[in-house]
Amino acid sequence: MPDQIKGGVHQAVVHDSAAVHVSGQAVFVDDMAEPRDLLHAYIGVSERPHAKIRQLDLAAVGAAEGVCCVVSAGDIAGQNDISPTHTMDEPVFAEAATEFIGQPLFAVAAQTRDQARRAVRLAAVEYSDLPAVLDLEAALADETLVVPAMELKRGDADAEIAAAAHSLKGKIRIGGQEHFYLEGQVSMAVPGEGDEMTLYCSTQHPTEIQQSVARVLGLAANAVNVRTRRLGGAFGGKETQAAMFATVAALIARKTGRPVKIRPDRDDDMVMTGKRHDFMAEYEVGFDDDGHILGVRYRLASNCGYSADLSEAINRRALFHLDNCYYLPSAAMKGLPLKTNRPSNTAFRGFGGPQAMLVAERVIDEIAFALGQDPLEIRRRNFYGSSERNITPYHQTIEDNVIPEIVSELAESADYVGRRAEIARYNSDSPWLKKGIALTPVKFGIAFTTKYLNQAGALVHVYTDGSIHLNHGGTEMGQGLMTKVAQVVAEEFQVDLDHVKITATSTDKVPNTSATAASSSSDLNGMAARQAAQTIKARLIDFAAKQYELPPDQIEFLPNRVRVGNQEFPFPDLVHQAYMARVSLSATGFYKTPKIHFDRQTGRGRPFYYFAYGAAVSEATIDTLTGEYRIDRVDILHDVGRSLNPAIDLGQIEGGFIQGVGWLTSEELVWGEAGELLTHAPSTYKIPVCSDRPRDFRMKLLEGAANRENTIYASKAVGEPPLMLAISVLHALSDAVASVGGHRVCPRLDPPATPECILAAVERVRSAAGHD
Amino acid sequence: MRHSIKFLLGDEPRELSSFDPTMTVLDYLRIEERRTGTKEGCAEGDCGACTIVVGSLEGEKIRYQAVNSCLQFLPTLDGRQLISVEDLPDSSGALHPVQTAMIRENASQCGFCTPGFVMSLFALYREGAAAGDPPELETINDVLAGNLCRCTGYGPIIEAARSMHQPAAGPDHFEQNSAATVAALRAIQDSQTIHLTGPDGRQSFAPTTTDALAEILAEHPGATLVAGATDVGLWVTKAQRRLDPVIFLDRLGEMKQVNETATTIEIGAAVTYTDVERMMADHYPDFGEIIRRLGSPPVRNVGTIGGNIANGSPIGDSMPPLIAAGATLVLRRGGERRQLPLEDFFIDYNKQDLKSGEFVETITLPKPAPGSRLFCYKISKRFDQDISAILGAFNLTIRDGKVASVRIAYGGMAATPRRASGAEAALQGKAWTRKTVDRAVVALASDFRPLDDLRASAAYRMQVAGNLLVKAYLEAQGAGVETRIIPYREAAHA
Repeated sequence: MPDQIKGGVHQAVVHDSAAVHVSGQAVFVDDMAEPRDLLHAYIGVSERPHAKIRQLDLAAVGAAEGVCCVVSAGDIAGQNDISPTHTMDEPVFAEAATEFIGQPLFAVAAQTRDQARRAVRLAAVEYSDLPAVLDLEAALADETLVVPAMELKRGDADAEIAAAAHSLKGKIRIGGQEHFYLEGQVSMAVPGEGDEMTLYCSTQHPTEIQQSVARVLGLAANAVNVRTRRLGGAFGGKETQAAMFATVAALIARKTGRPVKIRPDRDDDMVMTGKRHDFMAEYEVGFDDDGHILGVRYRLASNCGYSADLSEAINRRALFHLDNCYYLPSAAMKGLPLKTNRPSNTAFRGFGGPQAMLVAERVIDEIAFALGQDPLEIRRRNFYGSSERNITPYHQTIEDNVIPEIVSELAESADYVGRRAEIARYNSDSPWLKKGIALTPVKFGIAFTTKYLNQAGALVHVYTDGSIHLNHGGTEMGQGLMTKVAQVVAEEFQVDLDHVKITATSTDKVPNTSATAASSSSDLNGMAARQAAQTIKARLIDFAAKQYELPPDQIEFLPNRVRVGNQEFPFPDLVHQAYMARVSLSATGFYKTPKIHFDRQTGRGRPFYYFAYGAAVSEATIDTLTGEYRIDRVDILHDVGRSLNPAIDLGQIEGGFIQGVGWLTSEELVWGEAGELLTHAPSTYKIPVCSDRPRDFRMKLLEGAANRENTIYASKAVGEPPLMLAISVLHALSDAVASVGGHRVCPRLDPPATPECILAAVERVRSAAGHD
Repeated sequence: MRHSIKFLLGDEPRELSSFDPTMTVLDYLRIEERRTGTKEGCAEGDCGACTIVVGSLEGEKIRYQAVNSCLQFLPTLDGRQLISVEDLPDSSGALHPVQTAMIRENASQCGFCTPGFVMSLFALYREGAAAGDPPELETINDVLAGNLCRCTGYGPIIEAARSMHQPAAGPDHFEQNSAATVAALRAIQDSQTIHLTGPDGRQSFAPTTTDALAEILAEHPGATLVAGATDVGLWVTKAQRRLDPVIFLDRLGEMKQVNETATTIEIGAAVTYTDVERMMADHYPDFGEIIRRLGSPPVRNVGTIGGNIANGSPIGDSMPPLIAAGATLVLRRGGERRQLPLEDFFIDYNKQDLKSGEFVETITLPKPAPGSRLFCYKISKRFDQDISAILGAFNLTIRDGKVASVRIAYGGMAATPRRASGAEAALQGKAWTRKTVDRAVVALASDFRPLDDLRASAAYRMQVAGNLLVKAYLEAQGAGVETRIIPYREAAHA
């Protein structure tokens, strides 16, 4: 027998669904066999950003071909609210007034989806317009907040900045981002007997869908079951945004007694749902002659859209990442979660962290230009220390800092210094095309900053044939979570991975779960599943020890078998023996993250269990006549602790990086003067394609990097941190722009760096540097 | 007249007679056939999740082409083989080499875009199978330009494409069955006009000769002509228009011809971009590059130059190069034909010089004059598979240091693709110097008053319009410095 199981932890096994993905057999919600009597629902939305609804005439809608049911706010038996944090500011259907273009007003169900879509167009809505706040600038003037402003403070930043040898101020505008999950929002509600309702939903948060449906329908949570086998991408966009579709399906299913499916067209999905927050940050920094930061003052304004949604936590995480990898001896940081008449901006991979890190890196750039130094040198000088200079602005002591080592190794392996010299030579010979290079680091805090969310449950059954059924609260959206957790269970029982059956996330199996979010799902669900497996394993050991009259240490789980004293049994044999002896072979597991705490009043605590680190060097070329660009080469060194699955982790790093590149370059959300989204389809909103991938792309996992905290097999979270490695691309572009002014003027290149934005920066730098 | 369509679904023959003539192939697969492997991602041909492969008989061979099923109307399958992801495994259920490569390279994450990628790579596999060599990165990038993936960052998919050809595995089942498939396809070819009536009485026609087209259009002057449906498809999937009647042009053999003389190239209006790309790249390399960047292979495999012209988009990519090259159109109504320069066809936004019952029959452009060169530049937010913010085409002949002839046309600068007459006048006959060029750049300001829109601001368009002329000057000088972030794609055209 082989002495290692197939598919244990740390092995690069393929995604559990790979074979069904490539053969088209993977079942997404819209692919499920449709139940008898299925209706198709569609939502009618507001065409005004802020208006009183004077009349909502749905007579023509109800009379349209195939229509069976029309619902609006008056049909809601429970509460007309799906706000995820119970701020009561997010109705299923607007009643008196509408607050953004795309806000649901009513819904219709018909025999076919085509009929439902057509019927929606027949509504006659009379609006009476109210003043609308359509962008961040207007919101800053208006200063209506969706949740209270927040602050972090350490030391006396004003005094330090005033006393510093150098100080400067500036502003950065950061664009939002559409999730562009390839599978759009989709839900199917199937009514059962009595008050029972089952939902098949593409959501990162089945428990929240369960709670929202129960609240809107006026039911107890135990009447509602939500099942999610897989999502066709989510990236934060299905953490809260799935609720409006799921609740509408459930509402009509309840009213008609028939199953209901709802799937908006891509354009409608993009218009109706929230996106990554766009930010505007003002910064002021004081620093010494060597570029050491002495104090910073930041004001971070975010465009939250019309409701609170998750903006409180997003803005908090943003404040927590304004330091990035840099020690700030004194800091005064303020977050302004501003209300606008836009869809409610929401979770998106990084959750406020990426925007904050852009601010931190801009400030480093500003210092470098002010002192005429290489930005990498300024970065290094400001890195957190390991035993001193290691307190964050939120007063957490950093205990696991590896950024200096990562940056040294990467700068060396990518030949940063040599290539910078090479690029300078190229630029002096190339009048029209210019190259740039940049190295930027990432430090990302791991844990939900809302403490109670850091818990997870799992359910493991072992059947009498030795096959294992695994269930936990995390959802699979492509990130490989199911595979990783199954590897953990296989490892625990020492059976090959194919003995572990992965099953759909379901609120009736594991209750009260947190969203699959904050990069934490392998950490949390992996631990919970391990604990469940350990419980069963302990019972098996206990059984075998008694049965064979041996001390427990004589029972050992070997690959696919169990040693009991001098004998060995195949795993299924021992399981069957235990069953015959009436041993329970099913167990739940539970995990909560230790050590974390944070006091919002004082702004002090340890919100993060640990940090994930990484760094990237990017090289890019720009065309100074058109602003077009290409990314020539990228080198990444990233810390995932001891990888649970290197293939999946590398996939997360590359995918996150490219998604970040899209955010910072080609993905531009454009809004019209009336408050309407103009870029509401892939024809106008441009995520990266295959040829946008840097031709020379080198990724490496940091070696010998076991997590110092007690995480699942010493691994680290990987979902979000790599996205921020893409900041190196923006800085490489900026460096190329700076070359037209002899690197004397900070380009202040605000993302997204479209060709137009780059050309404008080229012109600005040229004129500021006094060139022709 | 035939009142049904016949095609192969995989290996199974299908004959359909009563259906909505603008039902998409995607809806047909998912709703009628319950084949749910093909996904809807955007319903506008920009994401590729719905990619299928269509096999068409060409002589003794089957040509396999990737197509967006979300935009393709069912009647266009007549006489062809529809291959969806479900057809790829062989009869024993063993996965196709493309599929095993995708698994091996960890090329799926969420899996939603995956069937589309598999189908695009399958088309490449079939067309490139004879070569056996791993495809070049440029080829892979081109083939996958219409498939969006939001999870992987594309690296593992590129690796799968590189490693999918494993000669040791032997021919795939499509190759093994090719004789039977050819015979089955041959059996369903004919030259009858197809006339269909849907359940709600809406009609469609699919003639096979230009004369038949002229006749049907004379009888139904309000009909919608559909070539590749890459634009009309959105009228149905997005605007939910009920088109009636529809005339499909994909079976018109004559209008799919390209005829070259010593001095001209005559392109039938129903010729697809795919079928002119290489020829155009040979004569006008920059125009070839513009075509390579137009849409994606599934769009170019069905989209036609005639369609791009007839629908009159101000940002259609082929118009500025065609106008700069001096293209003319032949318009036909019934038996009457008239000819006019392409730039005169575009009257205003959405308004073309096209009479009721008239259609574009051919496009003729001269071959490059000796000593002339056509420079084309497309500026867009994303380099591949994007719509132009601005496209400039400069057809220049420099003789004895002077501008002997010049034709300049831009897209994205006005309500229609248009010539820059002021800039041309500033150059014509003048010394070919930077000073002259700068004067022409100034003249552009009187030629155009561009607009702000989601793709670019008016100011950027104006500035870049001038800079592109400067770029053409620099490149014509051949100064030996780099001027393009993406150089000529020789590999793609070789």
